Amino acid sequence: MSEKTNITLTINGSDHAIAVEPRRTLADAIREDCGQSGTHIGCEHGICGACTVIVDGAPVRSCLMFAVQANGKRIRTVEGLANGDTLHPMQQAFMDHHGLQCGFCTPGFLMLAVGVLEREPDISDDDLLDVLSSNLCRCTGYQNIIKAVRAAAKEMRGK
Amino acid sequence: MKPAPFIRHAPKTLDEALRILAEVAPQDGRVLAGGQSLVPIMAFRLAKPAHLVDINEVAGLDRISSGGKTLTIGALVRHSAFHRPVVDNPLGALLTAVARHIAHYPIRTRGTFCGSLAHADPASEWCLTAATLDATIVAKSTRGERLIAATDFFKGLMTTALAEDELLAEVRLPLLANDAKFGFNEFSRRAGDFAMAAALVTYRLGGGKIADTRVGVGGAEARPRRIAKAEAALNGQTPSDKAFRAAAEAAAAAIEPLEDHQTSGGYRRDLVRAVVRRALEQAAA
Amino acid sequence: MTAHTKGSGLKWVGRAIRRLEDPALLTGHGRFTADLPAAHWVRFVRSPVAAGRLRRIAKPDGAFVVTAADLAGVKPILPMLHKFDYRPVAQPVLADGVVRFVGEPVAAVVASSAAAAEDIADQVELSIDATAPVVDARDALSPGAPQIHAEALGNVILEGKVKTAGFDVAWSAAHKHVRVELRSHRQNATPMEARAAHAAYDVATGRVTLTCTTQMPHLMRTAIADVLGMPESDLRVIAPDVGGGFGQKMSLCAEYVVVVWLSRELKSSVAWTEDRRENLIASFHARDQYITLEGAFDKNVKLLALKTDIISNVGAYSCFPTTSGVEPLMAMAEMPGPYDVQQYQCRARGVLTNTCTMAAYRGVSRPIITLALERLMDKAGAAFGIDPVDVRRRNLIDKFPYTSAMGLVFDEASYQQTLEMAVKAVDLPAFRARQKEVRQQGRHLGIGFATFSERTGYGSPAFAARGMEITPGWETVILTVDPSGFVEARVGSSPHGQGLRTTLAQIIADEIGVPPERIRIVHGDTDRTPYGWGTFASRSLVISGGATLIAAQKVRAKLIKIASHLLEAAPHDIVLEDGAAKVAGTDRSVPIAALAREAYTQTHRFNGEIEPGLTETGTYDPPGTFSNACHVAMVEVDIKTGKVAIEKYVVAEDAGRIINPMIADGQVHGGIAQGIGNALLEEIVYDESGGVLTANLADYMPPTAREIPPIELHHMETPSTQSVTKAKGLGEGGTIGAPAAVINAINDALSTFGVEINEMPATPQRIRAALRARGSAA
Repeated sequence: MSEKTNITLTINGSDHAIAVEPRRTLADAIREDCGQSGTHIGCEHGICGACTVIVDGAPVRSCLMFAVQANGKRIRTVEGLANGDTLHPMQQAFMDHHGLQCGFCTPGFLMLAVGVLEREPDISDDDLLDVLSSNLCRCTGYQNIIKAVRAAAKEMRGK
Repeated sequence: MKPAPFIRHAPKTLDEALRILAEVAPQDGRVLAGGQSLVPIMAFRLAKPAHLVDINEVAGLDRISSGGKTLTIGALVRHSAFHRPVVDNPLGALLTAVARHIAHYPIRTRGTFCGSLAHADPASEWCLTAATLDATIVAKSTRGERLIAATDFFKGLMTTALAEDELLAEVRLPLLANDAKFGFNEFSRRAGDFAMAAALVTYRLGGGKIADTRVGVGGAEARPRRIAKAEAALNGQTPSDKAFRAAAEAAAAAIEPLEDHQTSGGYRRDLVRAVVRRALEQAAA
Repeated sequence: MTAHTKGSGLKWVGRAIRRLEDPALLTGHGRFTADLPAAHWVRFVRSPVAAGRLRRIAKPDGAFVVTAADLAGVKPILPMLHKFDYRPVAQPVLADGVVRFVGEPVAAVVASSAAAAEDIADQVELSIDATAPVVDARDALSPGAPQIHAEALGNVILEGKVKTAGFDVAWSAAHKHVRVELRSHRQNATPMEARAAHAAYDVATGRVTLTCTTQMPHLMRTAIADVLGMPESDLRVIAPDVGGGFGQKMSLCAEYVVVVWLSRELKSSVAWTEDRRENLIASFHARDQYITLEGAFDKNVKLLALKTDIISNVGAYSCFPTTSGVEPLMAMAEMPGPYDVQQYQCRARGVLTNTCTMAAYRGVSRPIITLALERLMDKAGAAFGIDPVDVRRRNLIDKFPYTSAMGLVFDEASYQQTLEMAVKAVDLPAFRARQKEVRQQGRHLGIGFATFSERTGYGSPAFAARGMEITPGWETVILTVDPSGFVEARVGSSPHGQGLRTTLAQIIADEIGVPPERIRIVHGDTDRTPYGWGTFASRSLVISGGATLIAAQKVRAKLIKIASHLLEAAPHDIVLEDGAAKVAGTDRSVPIAALAREAYTQTHRFNGEIEPGLTETGTYDPPGTFSNACHVAMVEVDIKTGKVAIEKYVVAEDAGRIINPMIADGQVHGGIAQGIGNALLEEIVYDESGGVLTANLADYMPPTAREIPPIELHHMETPSTQSVTKAKGLGEGGTIGAPAAVINAINDALSTFGVEINEMPATPQRIRAALRARGSAA
């Protein structure tokens, strides 16, 4: 019934050959089978967005995708954002604007914001607010997340 | 909140998908498209399908095409495909206006138009769109192809006319008249939440009078539908606060409201009144 | 970071330096409990019914399922108060013969993965003879109501009563009495990380390391060791990165006890990660209260006396360590708020029901009592025909120290000043003009004020006043400069998002002249840190910060002593800054690292005048200090749908000396967002049979970025005389003030309809229902 399938998840450019049950969500596979625990799980029903990752260029809820469906696709997680010791502009902006407190929702917000801004660099401030309403944060009241993402958007556009 | 075990089938062609679906449907098999509604239900174990026919690898299902008077949307077209108009017709703008209300961005990159219809949540924006515009639903199985009118397709809460071995292969939406106006309004308590009531309206102006009116209401009853009495209140009228008010009142009176712990029948009617009027005002603006 | 944190003669305290916590959290290198691998995973089988007799538990063949019958020798959780007629009620860690709420853990299934454990749990069959439940506190008080515990007849677990000597005279001398009846519905703190525990058994030593998401690691250790009857030394508790707590992670969880028990039984690693549904139905709830509040005012609208009745639904069990008293007793002690009123009568009851156990949630009762009190102020304004701001002006305390009717001593604060600051910031006359103007267009704007005090940083005497068997309060910090010159502070507090690693490092940096990036704050590990109470009740910066300062002052004195010895200068001529001890007015200096090396390796040179090593301990147990603020919400109510949009939110706030303004602002922002969620959106709904109708995050609604308006902050700094750092706490203020400001604003918007909303959350349904009752068409 729950036979395992061999798949390869390509996470931040590294291949992970793993065997998973079909029911294994991508979020669980990234964390437990591939050992990349920076992607967090907050609700497992697609509301909170803590598990947001980028799959083939699109931000998705990794709790609402099965790992087998990501076989061979390019997956990006929070671990792949920085370039060595240099933070991604989005990470730097979250630090500069205090866009995180407990840090649990942070990887999801980073991947959401980076994923959308890479697809839509010229998104309006108001549409960006809609995008940020995709994920839940319980610590920051969103004020500084919004500031950080707007600042990073500017920075990313400049490059 | 881990889904119960299932067997996954990943057909590469439509024929293969239909053959597998015919085989596993009687053994509690279901189609998996975007998964944005099905997977949460499976996480809560409210659904425990034994088989999933995952159509994501089926070639050719992600096409949108327009020909003649119809826009055709394939089974794997994601909500995000409509972030920008897909056709140079008021329908393109209408779909873009509606799409931004569907859940949130990362849901829209996965969830599909056709999957929304097959799931038939009464609060679904696409179900409302299909009902209001009288979409044609194309159901395919090893037994052949069936065209189902939207009015016949939505049977009730999460219930459709699809047989268990049928795949919702595509949806055909009629293009709108080039001078068609439209308005969409929905009420939810938070950004991106399911609509507690939603209205989609289209009409044309002929000699200053409203014509070819469609008033659809979703999220308020067990299934989305056009409200004939509201349309009748508008046809032949000049756009005015009075006409819009009358149509909104007619819609509120016509529905059989869904009730739940947070929504009394009276409140649902209040919301329908508000969303219909606001959709009409938006169309007129 | 260096660019922002380099010395340059500036003090570290008071600067918005970047957080030392951030790099790891931003790069996916935070370490949360659920990140740990385990050999065994637990799934709890939970009661599907609210009340009943547990007859039989049928386990699937071959499954490893633990029930109460297997837990011989495990004691129940038994929180205790020695006051207020408290009736101790015991909670078995797994239901033992009786189930008392939907979601109560009944059995623990162990398997090799979480999914496999859930598969087995689905097959465990419970035979329960269901009995009639009671879910509402008023129903539970009525004669003939089902009894939740035999030890608490009438379902009252505690009752606090107070009446000041002059109350009756003041009450009857009043010109007018104003009354508010308020209903606060049930809420869930909803940290983004739900509960989780991981217990690893070390075969060599027989010790268990429990890694869990908690705000109180030391007390978890004490409590779990007590319940399991094991020496505390056999248990190490680690609170790693913790994904938010907000009070929900203060209390002892039965589930954590079971996980530790299983790891000892299996001599292996065992993990449990709570899912969101479990968190919403079975972690801890809060805020479920009925409050009646009446004020007696003289003809100058001066408050003479307050009378209140508080009914707090405490759920099925009492929480450890605070007990069910946490909400009703907080409400009783603090109801008079920041107002000068010396006559007070209160009855506060904690009432047991067949619902999830109540525990602390950010603000603890004060969001509710502030709402009640601020509604009273607004209603008094209406009753006397004066501006509600004037009612506050006439009643806010302005002489310090002020001793309240309940004996609380208020230190120096700025109640009047922050009110005026906020009034000015919002331009009240301009708002009133705009409000009038748009009303003509059918738009309904409203403005709402909330002035309040936030009691913070209170030590053991404050908790002792409640008669708690477990009386928290003090904190200890052990500060070491190691022989490399690197600084490590080991603290008993247990931060989880508050930025304490950064702010404590700032305090230390100023004392000993070492920059924050060379200071590590170690917390959340009972093997590495001194006993302490953790992080809750807006206390850590005041109490742990105070203990840090005391320890740092001692280290400073010692460094100066050694430097004076080495540099042959008088101690008062030596300054510590930029990583060195310098002789003022000269170019002579010695690196602090060299002093540290000296303290360990050259002690023979001290002639016995200086103790070897460079470790000092500070302990602090302050009486408490009051922060204060005025919150103003400006809202628009859509009268057709009842939906409320907050246009703007303004705060004038005073939390004494601010150690790091960036972090302080973040705390206020986050608190307000939770308060807005509480005010408008969040509600745990039970049906009559005790089932939870809001068991997912679509139905239980924390706000998104769209629902939270821009927040404008204005600051004052009244240094605390009751805190060695002069800082006051501010973790809860945002949540305390927001419901009152928002709901007062809604009432202001609806004033022309003769409609009043005294209910939290003020949902669109409730607002529409009130309007419809007044005949307003949608």
